[in-house]
Amino acid sequence: MSNTAAPASSDHSLIELQDAVIRFAGNSQDGIQTIGAFLAKLAGRSEREVMTYMTIPSTISGGPSIFQVHLGSGEVLSPGDESDFLVAFYQHSYENHISSLKKGGVCIYDSDHVDEPDLENKDIVHVGIPITSTTVEAIGGSARDRGKNIFVLGLVAQLFQLKKEKLVSLVERQFGRKGEGVLRNAMVAFDAGFAYPIGDVLNMAFNLKSGEATGEEKVTMDGNTAMTLGLLAGGVRFGAGYPITPWSTIMEQLRSELPKYGGVFVQAEDELAAVSIALGCAYSGHTSVTGSSGPGLSLKMEALSYATMAELPLIVINVQRGGPSTGLPTSVEQSDLMQAIYGSHGDCPRIVIAPKDVEDCFYVAVEACELAKEYSCPVIVLTDQALATRIEAFTEPDLESLVEEPELDQEIRAEDFKPYPLDGLTRHAPPGAPMEGGKYPVVTGLEHDEWGHPSGNPTMHARMNARRREKIKSLGDKLPAPEIFGDEEGDVLVVGWGSTWGPIREAVIRARENGKAYSALHLRHMNPLPNSLAEQFKKFSHVIVVEMNDEGLYGSGQLATLLRARYCDPRIQSTCKTDGLTYRVQDILDRIDAITG
Amino acid sequence: MSETKKLTKKDLTADHPTWCPGCGDFAVLAAFYKVLEKLQFPHEKICTIAGIGCSSRFPYFVNSHGVHFIHGRALPFATGVSLSRPDLHVFAFGGDGDGYSIGGNHLDHAARKNVNLTYVVMDNFVYGLTKKQTSPTSPEGFKSKTDPTGAIDRPINPMKKLVYGGATFVARTHATQVKHMMQVFERAILHPGFSVVEVLSECVVFYPGIFDDGNPRKGGEFDIIDEEEHDVTDENAAYQIATLQYPGKFGVFFEEDRPTKNDLEQKWIDDSQQKTGGAGAADLLKDRFAAFK
Repeated sequence: MSNTAAPASSDHSLIELQDAVIRFAGNSQDGIQTIGAFLAKLAGRSEREVMTYMTIPSTISGGPSIFQVHLGSGEVLSPGDESDFLVAFYQHSYENHISSLKKGGVCIYDSDHVDEPDLENKDIVHVGIPITSTTVEAIGGSARDRGKNIFVLGLVAQLFQLKKEKLVSLVERQFGRKGEGVLRNAMVAFDAGFAYPIGDVLNMAFNLKSGEATGEEKVTMDGNTAMTLGLLAGGVRFGAGYPITPWSTIMEQLRSELPKYGGVFVQAEDELAAVSIALGCAYSGHTSVTGSSGPGLSLKMEALSYATMAELPLIVINVQRGGPSTGLPTSVEQSDLMQAIYGSHGDCPRIVIAPKDVEDCFYVAVEACELAKEYSCPVIVLTDQALATRIEAFTEPDLESLVEEPELDQEIRAEDFKPYPLDGLTRHAPPGAPMEGGKYPVVTGLEHDEWGHPSGNPTMHARMNARRREKIKSLGDKLPAPEIFGDEEGDVLVVGWGSTWGPIREAVIRARENGKAYSALHLRHMNPLPNSLAEQFKKFSHVIVVEMNDEGLYGSGQLATLLRARYCDPRIQSTCKTDGLTYRVQDILDRIDAITG
Repeated sequence: MSETKKLTKKDLTADHPTWCPGCGDFAVLAAFYKVLEKLQFPHEKICTIAGIGCSSRFPYFVNSHGVHFIHGRALPFATGVSLSRPDLHVFAFGGDGDGYSIGGNHLDHAARKNVNLTYVVMDNFVYGLTKKQTSPTSPEGFKSKTDPTGAIDRPINPMKKLVYGGATFVARTHATQVKHMMQVFERAILHPGFSVVEVLSECVVFYPGIFDDGNPRKGGEFDIIDEEEHDVTDENAAYQIATLQYPGKFGVFFEEDRPTKNDLEQKWIDDSQQKTGGAGAADLLKDRFAAFK
C-alpha cells in the first residue's frame, strides 16, 4: 500500500480482483498500444499470466483503435469477452465500446472529449477525468496532448496499485532511447497520472491478487516476435520477403537480427522474387525462410510448387488476415488453410502447421525448420493477425539445449549419388559439394528420375508423385494423437486450430463447470493430419469444428471440409464466422448450443 | 578434388543440347566452355541457373551444379545463391521472354542491387519454345502467331533498360562472332558485381536471318565499340550507343565500379559481429529474450 499516491480514505473500498480486463479505446495515434505493452510487460515481470488483444486500423495514422489487456493471476486463455474497465479517449470510443463493459464495470472517460454520460445508469461506474487538459498542463509547452497515454498509464498504476518502480524502469527503457526531452515529458505525464486525485471521483481502489510466486520472470512479446526468434533458434540464417501487413514485423526483425548471425535477409522487389531468392538460399544449403500474408502467399504459389517438385526445403510463414483480396488487412481470419494445403498447381503435397498462442509461435517456427530439413519440402506455417499482434507472457525457452549452429554441408558426394532415391528421402548436394564421379546434378522443376534427369516417362511421373506424397504421409504416421482436453469421450468434442485454442479451451472449461460433457481437441499439424482422429472422434456424439472462416458452399468451414472429406463422418459439423474478430468464449458456447439443440 | 587437375571442356560438357540444329545458342555454349577453361574455377564452385525457354535449358548442357527454375525468376534465385554463397561463381542464363518480359522487373532490381553474378541473355527476338509468338524485343511489323498482321507494340531496348537499371557491366555481342563473345564473357565474369551480356542469338526456325545485318559473312557489319573513343564509364554515352539504328554496335556499353550488394551485406555482418563480439546463436538469442523481460 506504500505505493499508493492518493491513499484510500476510510470510506473507500478496496476490491480484490482475481483478474481484470481493461480496454483502452482511442485513436491509433494516441499510443494506446504503448499502455497495453507496458502493462503486459509489467505483468510478465510480476509473475502473472497476461494476454492482450489489439486492433489497429489499416490506415497509417488515425482512426479508431483499441487495446485490451487481460491480466490474471492464473492461466489466461482469452482476451476476455467483456471488460471490467474501459478507458475512453473520445466520444466515438465511448459510444462504440461502452457495451463491452460488464455490469458494474468502471468507465474512465476523458471529460475533455466525451460528453457527460447518463449518470443515472447505475450499471456502470462513470469516472470523468480531464485526461487531455491535465496532460497538457503537466507537460506544458508545445507537447499538446502527446503523452496522455503515459498519463493514463500512471492513472492505471495508481488505480490498481501496480509496482511503480518497475513501471518507471520500463518507461525509462522505452523512452530513454528517444532522447532526454522525450523521457522527461513521459515521466512528468506518468507522475501526473499516478498522483491524480482519483479518490475524489471514485470511491474504489483495486488490488490484483498475485498468483503463487514462481520466482520466474517471464518474457513478454507479441507472436510475430516469438516467431522471429523461433526461426533464428531453428537455424534460419537467410531468407527474403516483401512488406505486407501483418507479416512485415517478422521480416523487419529478421533483417536487423540476421547480420549478427552472419546471415542476410533480403527485401525483395515482389513476392515472386522473395520466394525465389529464399529458394536460392535453400538450394545453396541454408535453412531459409520467406513469408507473407494471404495475397502474397497466392503470388508465391508457382515457386512453392517448384519447391515440392525439386524437393527444396523452405519455411513459409503466412500471417493470415481477412480475405479475399485486400480484404480486411488488420483483422483476423483463418481462411488460408485451403490455400496453404492446396494452393499450388499440380499434385503438390507439403507440410502445413499452425501455432496456438504466442509462445507456440516460437516452438512451431523451430519445428518448421526441423521438418523442412528432414522432409526436404516447403513447410507453411499458418499464424494469424491476432497471434501476430497480441502480447503474452511465457517462460523463456531453454535456448542452450535448443539452439544449434547450422553447418553448411559441403561433403564430397559418392559416384552413385542419387538426390531423389525411390526408397528414401531427398538429400541434395548443395553447390560447392564436389562430386566424386565428376557428374554434377541439375535441380529441376521438370519431372525427373532418381538422379534428377528430366523424364517424361509416365510411369516415372506416377512413381515420383507417389514418392512425394508418401514422404508427407510418413510424417502423418509419426504424429502423436492430439491430446484431448477434458474426457476422452462425451457429448461434444470441440475441434480447433490456430489462435482459437485459448477461447475454445476456456469455453470447454466453462461448459464442464456447468456439468456438460465437453472436451476440446486442438490440431497443430494441418497437413498431414494425425492418423488418430477417427478413433478420437468416435467417442463423442458431436464433433464441432470452430473456425474463423466462411461456411462455404456446402456448409462447412475449411478444416471441417477437410475432416469430412477424410473421414466421411456426418457428425463432423462446423461453426464459422468472418467478422474479423477473435471468438468470444460465450459466443462459442452459444454456437455449440445452437448446433446440438 | 585434386588441385592440379585442369578443368577441361570435356569436364564441363554434359547432355547434348536439345536445341534445333543451327541454333545460335550452340555457339554461346561453346564460348562459355572455353572461357571457363581459361579461368579455371574450381569445378564444384560453378553454379548455372536458368528459368524457362529454349536458352534456359543451358544448365542441362553444362556439367556443373545447376538449376532449372521457373519462368522469369532465374535472377531472384541466382540472387539468393550469390548472396548466401559468396564463394560460388554464379551464372544465370535466359532469353528475351524470360529476362525482359515475365522477369523484366527482376532484371531492374538485380541491377540496382548490383548482385555479384553474370547474366547471359540469348536474345532471338521471338518466343521459340512456344513456337513463334511476339517477344518483347520483336521489331514492329514482325509477323507471329500472336501478331498475324505484324507486331504493333514497340520493342524494348535491352541495353537502355540495363544501363537505366543500374547494371555495372553491360555488353552486347553476336552469337556468330565467337572470339568477341569470349572476350566479352571473360570481362563480364571477372567484373565484380552484376554483369550482363546480351547476345544476339538466332532462332533459325522461327526468325531466320534476323541477325544477318550484324554478321559480316552474311553481308552485314559487326561494328565493334572502340573504347579509345567511347568512355565506358559514361552513362550518357552508353545511352547514345544504345539508341543507334539496328544492328547498332557491339562490345562493352557501360562499366562501373560500384560496391556490390554482397560486399555491403558482408560489411553489415562484419560490423554487427564486431559489436556482439562474435557471440554464438544461443548467446545472441538469450540477449534478445532479455530485452523482453
